[in-house]
Amino acid sequence: MSVSENGGALMEAQHLVKEFGGLVAVDDVSIDIPNHSIVSIIGPNGAGKTTVFNMLTGLYKPTAGRIALGGRNVTRMRPDQITSLGVARTFQNIRLFGAMTAVENVIVGRHARMRAGVFGSIVRAPWVRREERAVVARARELLAYVGLRESVFDQLAAQLSYGDQRRVEVARALASEPKLLLLDEPTAGMNPNESAALTQFMRKLRDELELTILLIEHDMKVVMGVSERVTVLDHGTKIAEGPPDEVRHDARVIEAYLGTAA
Amino acid sequence: MTELRGGDRGWDELRAQLREWRAAIDRILPSWWGRGVAVLAIVIGIVLPFAFSSNSGFIDATIKALSLAVMSLGLNIVVGFAGLLDLGYVAFFALGAYSLGWFGSDFFFKAHVHVGVAGVAATETGIHLNFLLILVAAAVICAIAGTIIGLPTLRLRGDYIAIVTLAFGEIIGEVAVNGTDIHLGGGMTLTAGNLGISAVDLPYFPGIGHFNLLELRPWYWLILAILFLVLFVNVRLRDSRLGRAWIALREDEVAAVSMGIPLVKTKLQAYAIGAAFGGMSGAFIGAYFTTVNASQFQFGFSVLILSMVIIGGIGSIWGAVVGGLLLGYINYWLLPDVLNNAPSKIGLNFQLTSVQFGIYGFLLVLVMVLRPQGLIPERRRKLEMTGAIAPEAGDSELAEPVPEMNIGAVE
Repeated sequence: MSVSENGGALMEAQHLVKEFGGLVAVDDVSIDIPNHSIVSIIGPNGAGKTTVFNMLTGLYKPTAGRIALGGRNVTRMRPDQITSLGVARTFQNIRLFGAMTAVENVIVGRHARMRAGVFGSIVRAPWVRREERAVVARARELLAYVGLRESVFDQLAAQLSYGDQRRVEVARALASEPKLLLLDEPTAGMNPNESAALTQFMRKLRDELELTILLIEHDMKVVMGVSERVTVLDHGTKIAEGPPDEVRHDARVIEAYLGTAA
Repeated sequence: MTELRGGDRGWDELRAQLREWRAAIDRILPSWWGRGVAVLAIVIGIVLPFAFSSNSGFIDATIKALSLAVMSLGLNIVVGFAGLLDLGYVAFFALGAYSLGWFGSDFFFKAHVHVGVAGVAATETGIHLNFLLILVAAAVICAIAGTIIGLPTLRLRGDYIAIVTLAFGEIIGEVAVNGTDIHLGGGMTLTAGNLGISAVDLPYFPGIGHFNLLELRPWYWLILAILFLVLFVNVRLRDSRLGRAWIALREDEVAAVSMGIPLVKTKLQAYAIGAAFGGMSGAFIGAYFTTVNASQFQFGFSVLILSMVIIGGIGSIWGAVVGGLLLGYINYWLLPDVLNNAPSKIGLNFQLTSVQFGIYGFLLVLVMVLRPQGLIPERRRKLEMTGAIAPEAGDSELAEPVPEMNIGAVE
């Protein structure tokens, strides 16, 4: 079942627990994410998927458990530290910086890979100018890569269409040069055609940019089509894990989650 | 989107007309126009004192207004750029002024330190540093103090920052008053309390000599140079990696930290830089008033500087300058020199200076009602305030993903 016994895991989360007050949102969940794989987390609403995401990216500190990235313990690190180590994410309910343009959003995404500090910015040394020019060029490149029309590059993020906002969010995440990309319900609000295109795009990301992708997804067609491995959460605990076909036929999953739909 | 209420239609048409005219003017003007106007303003700024006598009351007011504009620019970095509501900015005025008192007078009379000074200051007891060194010291001391105050404070959010900074401002003010009881050994104390550290050194520069209070022009050029320096730093920071990080944090902290922006460090930088400018201006004001007195450091001063930022337009660099000069002139020239006795002329028995805070309050209300984005609004803030973008409104519809082939929605 586990692909990563021989050290191929990019991120390993062991026995994660998260309690909010008395509520146990996540209870003893372990996930291995092998290098260059696409792994999905599925589960009914309130199963604790996003909580797991927030722990992996450092937004929540786990009550118990350990998270390792490339063998390095990152359990207690801050979100910005984890990002600079190569983890980027998107959000379920798009969180772009609305008063910034698409390009500026992507430039902010590159913050961790830039060096200009207070004095460098005030003096604007030649290397700072070069860095600024390079980051603008890179941002435009990334926006083109995710399929945004060039005519809206300099529009405010808040004024973009829903689909374009999703694209900008992915470009912003890619700007930090992640090894691991976490996508929180990327197909939410998309029609079947758009979802299919996104599925293709995720494969492209993995193969061209050598990314590893962890996905939270509701759309079973996307999940089954794209993931090598699926983890199923229910009420904060892991109830199944394995290749999509196996999970689809798991008795507990059908009972707890798929209901009569399967 | 463009839903017009009846009463607004006239205004909207007028605005559209104005915008058209402005665009037409922009087309006619050559590309160097903006730069040309800026250069002209700078030149006028530099030669302005020649239009007045060397100790004119107007130049005196201008010097004070400029020093407040410097403070306003400093606070604008904290409040405008980084979005941290600081109600205790007076703390940095105090520390800057005390930097002058400590390092530019005979207050620490057991010490004998003289660096780059001449005349009496070179032989007197105490610490006497050149005024430029004092400016640097004030900036450094305030930046360090800002970091120390900010470290516990900036982990808080929104209103709590305002409350804690207010408290720190009051603490520094109290320490200034009661510093007479803080003994540093040898009979020296930390501050002179309400008696004030007087007889501070007048700025001295080799080749120029000592400044004095009968010839105000050198003072004017010195504070103008400080203003230009602070302006330059403001512009550079706004258009930098750090400036973008501040906007990002202001808009959405969770998203910003997830993009690799360190929360506390980035906010601290804003706080420390803003503090440093407050300190520089504080040292200048101390020198110009020739005293560092604990009674100067009141909560009202923090509010005055904050009003400048708000009236000018939060986050707007030129707004901070205009707001600072405007309130500065009202405070130091219009009310005391020009209009002070106006009430008596219409038979009322009070002077305008005794109701000045009421006047500021009225102005603030006026601006908030008529032009909430400030006199010279900052582009992004304007968008946020006029509702051209609605950061929260979008969320509700996005939080509910449309169930499309979506078995997750089956609870």
